[in-house]
Amino acid sequence: MSAVVVHVEQEGGKPVRASLECLAAARACGGPIVAVVARDGAKQAAAGLGRHGASKVVCLSGAQRPSPDALARDLAKLVREQKAGAFLAAATATGKDLAPRVAAELDVTLFSDCTGIDSRGEGLQIVRPWLAGKAIATLSCSGPILCATTRPNAFAIAEADGAAEVLEVPSGGEGKAVVTAVAPKPGGKLDVKEAPIVVSGGRGLRGPEHFHLIEELAAAFGNAATGASRAVVDAGWRPHAEQVGQTGKTVAPKLYIAVGISGAIQHLAGMRTSKVIVAINKDAEAPIFKIADFGVVGDAFEVVPALTKAVREARAHA
Amino acid sequence: MKIVACIKRVPTTEAQARIGADGKSLDAAGFQYMASFYDEIAVEEALKTKEKLSGDVTVLTLGPQDASKELREFIARGADAGAILVDPAWHSRDARSTAKALAKKIGALGADLAFFGRVATDRDHAAVGPMVATYLGWACVTEAISLEISTGKGLAKRETEHGIETVEFTLPAVVTCNKGLNEPRRPNLKGIMAAKSKPIAEEPAEAVANQSVVLKVELPPARKPGRIVGEGSAAVPALVRALREEAQVL
Repeated sequence: MSAVVVHVEQEGGKPVRASLECLAAARACGGPIVAVVARDGAKQAAAGLGRHGASKVVCLSGAQRPSPDALARDLAKLVREQKAGAFLAAATATGKDLAPRVAAELDVTLFSDCTGIDSRGEGLQIVRPWLAGKAIATLSCSGPILCATTRPNAFAIAEADGAAEVLEVPSGGEGKAVVTAVAPKPGGKLDVKEAPIVVSGGRGLRGPEHFHLIEELAAAFGNAATGASRAVVDAGWRPHAEQVGQTGKTVAPKLYIAVGISGAIQHLAGMRTSKVIVAINKDAEAPIFKIADFGVVGDAFEVVPALTKAVREARAHA
Repeated sequence: MKIVACIKRVPTTEAQARIGADGKSLDAAGFQYMASFYDEIAVEEALKTKEKLSGDVTVLTLGPQDASKELREFIARGADAGAILVDPAWHSRDARSTAKALAKKIGALGADLAFFGRVATDRDHAAVGPMVATYLGWACVTEAISLEISTGKGLAKRETEHGIETVEFTLPAVVTCNKGLNEPRRPNLKGIMAAKSKPIAEEPAEAVANQSVVLKVELPPARKPGRIVGEGSAAVPALVRALREEAQVL
């Protein structure tokens, strides 16, 4: 089997969770996994990747300033040198930016945001949503190299004993676009796409001044991000980065809590693959209840503070 | 400055998916179409850039002849011309085949700058913009939330999971546009009237074989029927129990 090259994103010397999931997805491709880590902290991040299935880790060193186009050229070069049959990256902001460039460098197409990669049966099958999840397509790749990004939370991290050979490879030239600064997010807030738990608010909150209820419930879980419906983002109550749905972000957390969200079709498309869905809504006829595992009919202003308190207590006793 | 804004005709966000008779496509009967959600942000940024640095804006699409409707909506807002790379099966092209045809045309137009929406809300690849840039050998910034173009270069900001990146780049460039970048203008009556007589060039889209082969298309599996655990805050203990014992998320 030919090798699979995986771009592993790292932050402060630690591989990001979505990239570890991507390494798990890469195992389905069959061949030996070559993980590639770039930027300062690469060697530190490389250390544990053998446990995630990598047989080789390439640390790209010496890049003057991070550049997506220069990195894409380096990655495409590695794919060619390794005679790899596949290139994978996590569908994070960085991976989504990088993978199309790598695909075009290799003159192959890209399968974005895949939720399944399966080599059982005849050939490799790729599963990905269409229309933000209103339909699910199963595809195969007739090009010479499979290029794909994997959706965060869609693949389970697989850890086992293993060690990888770590190589340092000098990165190529300067890019046409360079990242000159990164302003960290305030308070290290979790992104709605990556978080294992998402608490989203809609028009039922009646105004931006009431979203502290959503934030407090998210905080009670400890590992939750806050999300929002299109209606409240369009109204300017919440930032677009929080919007869940067909025109925002598609999410698949372990737990999705929809508060005061009626469940427009474009919102449902963006969160229906969440493992567990909880809906809290005053209107017992709201479409959101049709896809919710657990529903509470009631006023968000009454239910959410009580739930926040109960979650805090449950976690304190866990 | 020669500016191109690329748009894509997609089903409206209200569209319900039905599977086609072959089991490998979507049944398009009953679809209403629109320009993809982020395209108006791309066109607005093209118009703003033209107003600042002078030049002209061509709105370009790869799609059916009917996509002239969406093109005219953007010409009505101030774009100078429209062009369609005609392919009646535009929706079944993969990202590479769309990108190759668009890159060739954008190159032929002699453009300095090409704007795209951050993603087309049909196949959701978010790939064609950066692929076009790569085929042309141009700089590219994706998912821009702020942008300043000056002579020969640009400065953009984009949001990632870790924070806001500042990106410096040289022209020519592709910029894909995220919500928040600008507030798209609405067309006025004068623009709508003028758009009727503006030229829309048509030529066949270059044929490029797909590398993405559809094996099957299905509706998402129905979720297990859920239940209402109760009403008001009295339901909270039952909900917490369900989350802990059944869902095991607490």
